[in-house]
Amino acid sequence: MRFHHVIWIPLFALASLSIGQAAEVGERAPSCQAKGLDGSGPVDLANRTGKVVYIDFWASWCGPCAESFPFLDQLHTELKSKGFEVLGVNLDEDAADAQAFLRKRPVGFTLVGDPDGRCPRVYGVQAMPSSYLVDRQGVIRQVHRGFKAGDKKAIRDQILLLLGGSARTAP
Amino acid sequence: MIARAALGLVLLSLGACAANLAPWERGNLARPDMAFEPYPVEAAFREHIWFSREGASGGYAVGGGGCGCN
Repeated sequence: MRFHHVIWIPLFALASLSIGQAAEVGERAPSCQAKGLDGSGPVDLANRTGKVVYIDFWASWCGPCAESFPFLDQLHTELKSKGFEVLGVNLDEDAADAQAFLRKRPVGFTLVGDPDGRCPRVYGVQAMPSSYLVDRQGVIRQVHRGFKAGDKKAIRDQILLLLGGSARTAP
Repeated sequence: MIARAALGLVLLSLGACAANLAPWERGNLARPDMAFEPYPVEAAFREHIWFSREGASGGYAVGGGGCGCN
């Protein structure tokens, strides 16, 4: 086998790797624009300084996402007056799938759609759902991959901590 | 010449195998009809018959030490 044949092997291997930088705890939430799911103007995922933001990457086909939605909606309703916000970033290729999902699980928080997957690439999403809890200064304080019912308390406690209240007062 | 072409084809097909699918691009793979085993209850039942009658575990779905007691 000659050299110019061998060189294709690492090239194919390289082509299979995506080169991206993940958003980590302690870093500023990266800026990324996404349009509202209802057709409203673009929203910047990072431009919400002054609020504690739970950025949730979800899709209609993802079971744990469906499980997390009532919990996230409850958090949003309960804590929005204290400066908390949930920002759901839908990653369905077809917006109709997202709408069908939302008819079954209506929520009150802000929803944006990113069918091309630009924002999850910027954030380095590795699992579905993935959430990024951003503090009032715009710094990522917690990255949560996947969702289980047992995760609720830890997520809630962390949000309350960032809001400045005591985690112990949580029911 | 044919050997080279064949090698090229093999490498090309391997390249397709290595396509990297991002976690948020797995909607089609998550469809129920894409499941490896679409009827898990029926499959477990069939496996049970299989290993109790044949004295052999299926190699993918049933655990056990081969004692025939489970």
